[in-house]
Amino acid sequence: ELPAPLLDDTHGKELGDEAAAVKSEDFQDSMKIAWRYQNLPKMEASPTTYTKFGHYYDVSKKMSPELCQSVKWHSFYLHEELSFESKKKVWNMNSGYAMLLQSIQRIISQEGFDGSDPQKKQRNVLRIGIQSLGSVLWGDDVCCSDAPEDPHSLTKFLYVLRGLLRKSLSACIVTVPAHLMQNKAIMERVTNLSDMVVGLESFIGSERETNPLYKDYHGLVHVHQIPRLNSLICDVSDTKDLAFRLKRKLFTIERLHLPPDLSDTVSRASKQDLAGSAKLLSSGCGAMAIGKKHLDF
Amino acid sequence: GVSLAAAKERGQLVFLEGLKSCLDLLFGEEEQPGQPSPLQFLSGSSGDLRALFEFVRAALAPAAGDSWKGPVLLLDDLGVLLSLGAAPVAVLDFIHYCRVSVCCQLQGNVVVLVHSNEDSEDEENELVVNSLCHHSDLILWAEGLATGFCKDVHGQIKIIKRLSLRQAAEQDLVQIYQYKIQDRNVTFFARGLSAAVL
Repeated sequence: ELPAPLLDDTHGKELGDEAAAVKSEDFQDSMKIAWRYQNLPKMEASPTTYTKFGHYYDVSKKMSPELCQSVKWHSFYLHEELSFESKKKVWNMNSGYAMLLQSIQRIISQEGFDGSDPQKKQRNVLRIGIQSLGSVLWGDDVCCSDAPEDPHSLTKFLYVLRGLLRKSLSACIVTVPAHLMQNKAIMERVTNLSDMVVGLESFIGSERETNPLYKDYHGLVHVHQIPRLNSLICDVSDTKDLAFRLKRKLFTIERLHLPPDLSDTVSRASKQDLAGSAKLLSSGCGAMAIGKKHLDF
Repeated sequence: GVSLAAAKERGQLVFLEGLKSCLDLLFGEEEQPGQPSPLQFLSGSSGDLRALFEFVRAALAPAAGDSWKGPVLLLDDLGVLLSLGAAPVAVLDFIHYCRVSVCCQLQGNVVVLVHSNEDSEDEENELVVNSLCHHSDLILWAEGLATGFCKDVHGQIKIIKRLSLRQAAEQDLVQIYQYKIQDRNVTFFARGLSAAVL
């Protein structure tokens, strides 16, 4: 069940409309008090507000069956597979993962993603999506206990997967229920074995849900690792604080933007409030540092 | 720089690509009895890294006609072995054997890369890292700045010369530099003296 892609330019048009609306409000008002900020670029909530980048999806609709059928795809559902058979005794890992790896390798080789078929003209990339790796759905108990029966299967799987991806024209995105993992050591290893690691932290059920600072957002986006492929450096963006929002049709990721505190209590915050907000801010935004408010003139 | 491809051609560089070796073991042909895969420990039949050490020893063994001296063993990175199921003791044994073979017998050097974290909960990894530090003559410790991300200074490197290993009363010599990473190069400078500041 995939969300419907926005194929025509409706989204592009929507973005364009939004951008136009913003621009018409933007008259060159010279600032009298905050004149230092006059020359700074206008803050953009979304880095891609004015450009169309990648693919967009409408989460309120499902992808049409015709579209799904017109594309070549393969699925792997563990419980429909026959039991694991291999002549080789080297497959010393969880059988679910082993079967998945064999399935991926078979598709790469049969469909020529490893460059084995020089006749193939269309060079497309094999895109792989794996959900809930590490969960019981894969027969792994790494998410159920902090002393799992086979703590190495998951990391072995990721290593072999990386080998397959490096050797072929393919990319893979994996989701892992990190909030269920009690063994933090395994999560550290999973991170080291991955090229890019992004975490989503939902506000639902946490104390942040009712925090007025976060009222426009549904959760935070943590970028734990950025890929450094064939280069010593990576492209580190200026924005470290990202939040996500699930609108009616779109899932967007935006720069975490705290509105200015215009309440009456702005300069009379009690010590308690300061401690509370400092704790919240230290985990996300580095921009506002609320220090001691005892400025006596 | 050095052309690794050319060095490989000459036989000066022997490269064991872990990912490829692993795929060969799992998806390749049945292995010949006389030539076990260096990553044989993956099959779980033996808990030690003997096959890997044998590969290293054979690769660095001086052949007739070689004029190269001072072999270097580069391991990038050791933590992966733990992720693949090797026990910390097996990893440390492997390193010990490599040290004896490469450093003592062949008068060469061993360079090992490991990852670590201040608040890491990976006890096995910390055990290996601590043990390596105790037995190393030189430690290059790179980390991000304590003050957080900076566009012009990506991190600092501590160079620790373990003089205390040679002489009991000697103190280790510690030097700290900061660095900025570019596309193919890294520039080092004294603390607080990055090009952006000067």
